[in-house]
Amino acid sequence: MRRRNFLLLSGTGLAATGLAACGSSGGSGSDGGGGSDVEVFTWWAQGSEKAGLDALMEQFEKDYPDLTFVNGSVAGGAGSAAKDMLQSRLQAGDPPDTFQAHAGLELADYIDAGQLEDVSSLYEEYGLTEAFPDDLVQLLTVEDEIYSVPSNIHRSNVVWTNTALLEAAGIDPSAVPADVDAFIADVEKAAASGVTGLSVGTTWTQVNLLEAILMADLGSAGYNGLWDGGTDWSGKDVTTALEHFSALMELTNSDRDGLDWTDATQQQIDGTAAYNVMGDWAVASFQQAEWADGEDFGYYPLAGGDEKIFGFLADSFTLPVGAPNPDGAKAWLDTISSQEGQLAFSLAKGSIPARTDVDTADFPAYQQTAIESYAADTICSSLAHGAATPVAWLNQISDATSKFTTGASDVAGYQEELATIAESNTSA
Amino acid sequence: MKGLLGRYGAPLLMILPSILLIGVFVYGLLGANFWTSMTDNHTAGQASGRKPVVFVGLSNYLDLLATEDFRHSLVNLVLFTVTFLVGALVVGFVWAWLLERPIVGGRAFQTVYLFPMAISFVASGVVWRWLLNSNQGESASGLNRLFQMIGLDSLQNPWWNNVTFGITAIALPAIWQLSGYVMALFLAGFRGVPEELREAARMDGASEWQVYRLVIFPQLTPVLMSAVVIIAHMSLKSFDLIMSISSPSAYQTKVPAVDMFVFKSSFDYANSAAVGAFLLIIIAFLIIPYLVQQHRSRTR
Repeated sequence: MRRRNFLLLSGTGLAATGLAACGSSGGSGSDGGGGSDVEVFTWWAQGSEKAGLDALMEQFEKDYPDLTFVNGSVAGGAGSAAKDMLQSRLQAGDPPDTFQAHAGLELADYIDAGQLEDVSSLYEEYGLTEAFPDDLVQLLTVEDEIYSVPSNIHRSNVVWTNTALLEAAGIDPSAVPADVDAFIADVEKAAASGVTGLSVGTTWTQVNLLEAILMADLGSAGYNGLWDGGTDWSGKDVTTALEHFSALMELTNSDRDGLDWTDATQQQIDGTAAYNVMGDWAVASFQQAEWADGEDFGYYPLAGGDEKIFGFLADSFTLPVGAPNPDGAKAWLDTISSQEGQLAFSLAKGSIPARTDVDTADFPAYQQTAIESYAADTICSSLAHGAATPVAWLNQISDATSKFTTGASDVAGYQEELATIAESNTSA
Repeated sequence: MKGLLGRYGAPLLMILPSILLIGVFVYGLLGANFWTSMTDNHTAGQASGRKPVVFVGLSNYLDLLATEDFRHSLVNLVLFTVTFLVGALVVGFVWAWLLERPIVGGRAFQTVYLFPMAISFVASGVVWRWLLNSNQGESASGLNRLFQMIGLDSLQNPWWNNVTFGITAIALPAIWQLSGYVMALFLAGFRGVPEELREAARMDGASEWQVYRLVIFPQLTPVLMSAVVIIAHMSLKSFDLIMSISSPSAYQTKVPAVDMFVFKSSFDYANSAAVGAFLLIIIAFLIIPYLVQQHRSRTR
């Protein structure tokens, strides 16, 4: 009797899971079929990212009251779970109406696979060519075509400082180091005072540090040349940059590979690390800790000379080939690229608008400075966040970087490996 | 003909659905995997069928073996499997041996030892990532901090962040989770030895140690075989535990399953399939002899 009950129970359980599975697949299959649903696929499922998406959704419903926003967000792994699922859905010919992707060469694979529509006509229609800076439009253009519309901008090459620890180490917190050598000297000084000089996390945060150093040491022309074959990876300048990277990694925390960027920033907030190089989403952590801008923490872009560089990455939205509701997707692209949409989203997410004509009065102090340099500085594509290279190239650089920072290769071997990777990727 | 149909028709009809399903979803897809691994399907354009794919034979396999990084992954896999296998078998066997004799609270211990298996690798990985924190000295936490507190400072080590042997540290949580299961297998083996055999051996004047060594242990060989196959194939497939402690690009914990994932996310389906084929072949070396042996002993 007991055994029969057990069988019955497990049978019901299986049936229920089966039904649930059918239900969900049936649901996603019919998305957009009615003509008014717009499925927006993102990895913004929590925190400030979700707040940003909610703000966009509100604006979308105001702009297009007869369309229904369908939230297709997938949580997990800083977007890797979503990208994995997106890859299978596109492969299976079941694309969402629009999906989130970092602007730039991260899209190269989707373009290569013929899965994205050219949206440059929308740039004309919505007047985006004038609203976005020329640098940005150029970086987004692939052979005269543009495949995504940026919703917001982040800056990747920012140094964050713990003011109290800098003062304790005898460093003037308001002074900005003129070049990477001066920065290393400061970090060394901070490390000598008994704290971690520079906090860093797992491999991608190390790549983020590497890219900031490359931008500073090579300048915008040299840095951009790394990706199109214009700069020699085995050259002397790159050696210097890698030596700088090596020197800085010496001054970092030893548990880095087990940490994400939040943990690295937390070390600064806990007062155990003086410096951190991270994208400007880090400002949200300081705000959560109720630290006062300029008093408790400071920031400046890592510089290498007179040239000012803005390392950019942008969230953007696309129009997939075969989207069930292309008009709905275009409406979504209109909302996210409009002044109101960009303002609402960036205020909630802590980023800055990609348009240069948005009223910036409501933004907090850090974003004000970022908006200013976004308009004035040279814009370079971020490596660690998919703007500068296709996914495969970035994965290979990450592997080589991890190999180097765990001590399995030296600077010479690392540089050789990076050069080989660049060669195989530019020749293909 | 009619007789044959009458004899085999109904049973065939009964197993036909599973033959079809397994044929398509297991063997059909294995075939597709081997086919993909022998093409030059290295880019997203080829993966979506927009650009032509060319048959290249075994060159993907040879190219992989020629890279130092893939050989490093294979070495890591061997280190991980050996540590995991030996650890789980030794610990599980010792526990089973201790609990084989009726002792007070034995049942409770059995349950306690078996419990970790109920936790998913991802969940335990998150906890063990903290326990295996590689900081030493002042900023230490997790196990390193524990060593400091009990005065065993010299035992502190970087755990999975050691370049060469880091991967064996990840075998620790795996051993912790699966030892209880091995114990359960061996306990069943011990219980399967009839009491009469032990009594007969004692009547013949065998000491307690001799009873174990000459009568009971030899009868545990089939259990040992099963345990080896189960643990080893789990170890070869290990991905979730490694991923939740480390990260896909971390050099020190690269194994073929991780390479497979990284290749797939780089839209390099051919190399991803080739790594998968490598794993399948390694597992086949283990499982086929086992199945043959099982079949023989059953039909004997």
